[in-house]
Amino acid sequence: METKNIMIVGVGGQGSLLASKLLGRLLLTKGYDIKVSEVHGMSQRGGSVVTYVRFGDKVYSPIIDKGEADFIVSFELLESSRYTEYLKKGAKVITNTQQVNPMPVIVGAAEYPENLVEKMKNAGIDVDALDALSLAEEAGNSKAVNLVLLGRLSKYFDFTDEEWMTAIEQSVPPKFLELNKKAFELGRNA
Amino acid sequence: MKQLMLGNEAVARGLFEAGCSFVSSYPGTPSTEITEAVAKFQEVYAEWAPNEKVAMESAFGASLSGRRSFCAMKHVGLNVAADPLFTIAYTGVNAGLVIGVADDAGMHSSQNEQDSRHYAKAAKIPMLEPSDSAEAILFTKTAYEISEKFDTAVLLKMCTRVSHSQSVVETGERKEFFKPYEKNPGKYIMMPGNAKKRHPIVEERTKALTEYAETSSLNVLEEGTSNEMGFITSSTSYQYVKEVFGNTYPVYKLGMVWPLPVKAIKNLAEKVEKLIVVEELDGFIEEHCASIGVKVFGKEIFPCIDELSQNKVASLLGKEVSCGPALSENIPNRPPVMCAGCPHRSLFYTLKKNKLNVLGDIGCYTLGAVPPLAAMDTTICMGASVSGLHGFNKNSENESRSVAVIGDSTFMHSGVTGLINVAYNDSNSTVIILDNSITGMTGHQQNPTTGMNLKGDPAAKIDLEALCRAIGIKRVRVIDPYDLAQCNEAVKEELAAKEPSVIISRRPCALLKYVKHQKPLTVDKEKCRNCKMCMQIGCPAISITDGKAKIDNTLCTGCGVCKQLCKFDALKGE
Repeated sequence: METKNIMIVGVGGQGSLLASKLLGRLLLTKGYDIKVSEVHGMSQRGGSVVTYVRFGDKVYSPIIDKGEADFIVSFELLESSRYTEYLKKGAKVITNTQQVNPMPVIVGAAEYPENLVEKMKNAGIDVDALDALSLAEEAGNSKAVNLVLLGRLSKYFDFTDEEWMTAIEQSVPPKFLELNKKAFELGRNA
Repeated sequence: MKQLMLGNEAVARGLFEAGCSFVSSYPGTPSTEITEAVAKFQEVYAEWAPNEKVAMESAFGASLSGRRSFCAMKHVGLNVAADPLFTIAYTGVNAGLVIGVADDAGMHSSQNEQDSRHYAKAAKIPMLEPSDSAEAILFTKTAYEISEKFDTAVLLKMCTRVSHSQSVVETGERKEFFKPYEKNPGKYIMMPGNAKKRHPIVEERTKALTEYAETSSLNVLEEGTSNEMGFITSSTSYQYVKEVFGNTYPVYKLGMVWPLPVKAIKNLAEKVEKLIVVEELDGFIEEHCASIGVKVFGKEIFPCIDELSQNKVASLLGKEVSCGPALSENIPNRPPVMCAGCPHRSLFYTLKKNKLNVLGDIGCYTLGAVPPLAAMDTTICMGASVSGLHGFNKNSENESRSVAVIGDSTFMHSGVTGLINVAYNDSNSTVIILDNSITGMTGHQQNPTTGMNLKGDPAAKIDLEALCRAIGIKRVRVIDPYDLAQCNEAVKEELAAKEPSVIISRRPCALLKYVKHQKPLTVDKEKCRNCKMCMQIGCPAISITDGKAKIDNTLCTGCGVCKQLCKFDALKGE
């Protein structure tokens, strides 16, 4: 199988590490070779963060380069727009429509671009946009955005419900399990 | 059982399996998780040392005592530990000693992108370099075998992409190791008479290691189907070459990057039409090839700046790479910022307001350099704020308008020696210790000021005030940085004083689990006049929407600093 590439992007502190951990667990049970690359340290402090998840028969590079991503899963709208050059032909962007202003916007040095979903679509990008924050709140906690987005991503893969649920059980603390499962379902069915 | 493991965790696993029982490190991205992960094994004693020099010397002592030992650091940490490194090269070891060093090409979280391989060559110490997590386990264990067989410390070089990537590994069992200490003054007391006898041994050792490099399974020639080109590479660069070319051309993958083989490289050069060295940062392997008379292509193709990637390797070797669509829209940057509730913020606001020269240091608070706070003049290396300020101030007129800012952990690392110089050579400097009770930037590690050790147990806690006084600083005061008036008063008074002083700005990091946050502030829209005073502190929780201040409830910790800036009483909090 040719290597599949998923980029998970967002703002430092939004919980993208859990999403990549969960994906990694699931893919491992399917027998794939996997590489997951994270960024630690200074970039975590509210900056733009990227996690690369790659799987296939044999994966060499730990990173995803421009023109290679099959999916971008984005926790924040501006961040999905930042990385469109990484998409390969026919790739999909799954993005939360939540907007988090970066510091240049907060201090008035730049403006948060309007209608980004439309602009991405106009550029020929296949965008699946959803209000993951509201769905996470509906599930019981705004921090469950990661599971909502994974639920949405699951629509595009052939893995069974049971396989996803096992991976969720292995990745979240027991007391938040039901909440996370609900968030996953809401994302999957939204 | 197969599992996914972070490169750094894999090093820790390798240490465990190798029977390593002593680890001493100072945190530094991207090396930190090695020591955090190894601390979870009951069989391994692990600690945070105040700095890398102490860590390496402690690890050496443990090796001497008969236990396989280890220390980890980032590339710039090896500069701090360079002093013991160069002489441990002469003494050799008793039980195996492995030194982990993690480079940061691309400077994801560093102040330079120096190439640690030069240290291996300069100190005459072998260096292994894994390219994924499975190799990180294997090479760590092999490093101990080399260390004991050749009587030398061994450097284990990681880099951001290997340290912070998870890949598939299989784990093994732990084998305990102990080799009793025997006194040997000629080997371990490096005074000239003894060291002169040790130096030839070091040179012979390098020759023996070069022979080992020729046939070691660490260095592997992977055959290709065409000899039009051939590659010599290592670490993550190897992964990029394989990603682009698969099994088309022969690839000589080096797991040991110092000393480098001679015959094996010459043999490959004869076989292929064009030999290409792919390596990140400096042309280290390339220079070796040149020195043995082998023509290679390297840095004339690949830059010595920044990380490589599969696209860079492909395009620089003439292969076409495609790119997804870019939006014509200008996408604003999202630089890292000080967190909402960060106790450093108000202090930097005070320094900016007073238009001071600020000699900065290494930590989260380096973010005080970016707008809107923009209150920093220099950042060099750990501790350089305090010693730099001394030089900046001494016999100059700067002393009344210049300060040093340094975090608690950085102060313990190497700021304290600078403060001794301030006191001893009396430069009338004002040093501000930003005591947030944790090593923040690298992700919350304990240090000698926190009262806890790496394993989370209670530990001796340095009394910073008493330490500063013992050094000879008479003016030592503690302030709460959330109180802007107190910050301002302290800074003004200490700068006006005619003697050296220390201000300890004390409040725990807002992200620490035990720190209780206040309720988020609210905005009285009637009173808000859009003066944007609250925007001066660069808090990510505050923005202006429709001409009024707006507080992000999910971010605001209720620290109340913005409230103190509002002249119209528009911000409400408890």
